[in-house]
Amino acid sequence: MNEELTLTILGGVDKDGVPEPVSSLDICKGEIIGIVGPTGSGKSTLIDDIEQLAQGDTPTGRSVLINGERPDAVIRVDPRKKLVAQLSQKMHFLADMTVRDFLQMHARSRGKGPELVDRVIELANTLTGEPISADHYLTVLSGGQSRSLMTADIAVISDSPVVLIDEIENAGIKKQEALQLLSGEGKIVVVVTHDPVLALMASRRIVIRNGGMVDIITTSSSEQDVCGRIAEVDNWLMSLRETIRKGEVVEELA
Amino acid sequence: MKLVVLAGTPGSGKTSVLVHTIKSLVRNGKKPAVVKVDCLWTDDDQRFAKLDIPVHVGLAKDMCPDHFTIYNTEEMLGWAEDKGADIVLNETAGLCLRCAPYPDECLAICVIDVTTGPNTPLKVGPLLTTADIVVTTKGDLVSQAEREVFRERVLDVNPGCSIVEANGLTGKGAFELAEMISEGPEVHDKMILRYNPPLAICSLCTGETRVARKHHMGVLRQIDGFMEYKGE
Repeated sequence: MNEELTLTILGGVDKDGVPEPVSSLDICKGEIIGIVGPTGSGKSTLIDDIEQLAQGDTPTGRSVLINGERPDAVIRVDPRKKLVAQLSQKMHFLADMTVRDFLQMHARSRGKGPELVDRVIELANTLTGEPISADHYLTVLSGGQSRSLMTADIAVISDSPVVLIDEIENAGIKKQEALQLLSGEGKIVVVVTHDPVLALMASRRIVIRNGGMVDIITTSSSEQDVCGRIAEVDNWLMSLRETIRKGEVVEELA
Repeated sequence: MKLVVLAGTPGSGKTSVLVHTIKSLVRNGKKPAVVKVDCLWTDDDQRFAKLDIPVHVGLAKDMCPDHFTIYNTEEMLGWAEDKGADIVLNETAGLCLRCAPYPDECLAICVIDVTTGPNTPLKVGPLLTTADIVVTTKGDLVSQAEREVFRERVLDVNPGCSIVEANGLTGKGAFELAEMISEGPEVHDKMILRYNPPLAICSLCTGETRVARKHHMGVLRQIDGFMEYKGE
């Protein structure tokens, strides 16, 4: 893995074919950056442009550079050399395989050994309710179980220097833990979110409207304070959710 | 003249991928012509006609669609030449997985749908294993991990192929595909098929409709795998 890593997004056009206001954006190693905007505005499209390291060949016309240069074709397609791991909005697997067979195959596609399989399952089970077993078929996993498995798979098997996350808050899993797990040491993390905690955990956020990048907002220190306070509220809500899930009774407020 | 044979499982998105690729080819100053082969019915010619390029439809009807394609290859090349084209894009019906209608001097492209699951590449046979380029579609409907597992399975059965991830809705992959087609081989005469077709004439081909085994002739295979020849 390269010591230095900078991702540059060169702007393309919005849904009307008009050049987007943000024409260039650098993202450096270790940064968590958010993507915000109304539903349908083109947040996932930006994530997809980054995932395939677009070279003006996608509908947006954006280009993505690595350390200021156009990436090789091999880096774009070969999973063994891929720089980007992506957790998409997909909540289900379509492959008719057991969890073990699938993870072994995925490890192989990334040039890694089968010994990682148990670690992925173990990690996935820290994020979800009912535990996943290696012998389960992927197609019977719930949305939350699938998302947990996809998250753990990215953390252990894909383990790429750039991680793209699409709306983890809707996944029915522990989102802050999941984000921590995925961000790791010195990675670039790009997270699409409607969630105020996750959006404010990022150091900057890209604002998308009508398919175009219209603004970059740097998280201010007062926003960081707000983030800390809503994280507390969020954790409290989470614990209430867990209490109810376990079939227990909610205590009165102290 | 270049010949591109595009095959793939039904519903995999051959036509959509081709439409985007044609736009890319035209932008690069190429002159493609399309021959669409289907079995009984198609309206794909209307989609191609909107692109303002020469389009020809062939319906195989009572003939095996792959045999029909092969039998009419010279005809297609001649037609395209008359229309002033420099690339013939032949979209096949793509039904029988036993054959592969690829001549040696074409660029053979197999289009396959990722949502059919990672076991599909093992089932498709010569259509996939003898292709130069494998185009995977509908990748946006599955996770990245699933796309990568699918890709690995394709490489298991066809280690030498180039894989292009395409999307028939957005046009992803069309640019890359158009470049590969532009660099594809030139056609000469005396082409031969890459893969041998199944063992010839059977009694169904000659109009037999009775199910009972005693009525059947030709090279036959029993469900337990035993093969025999019955006939003159």
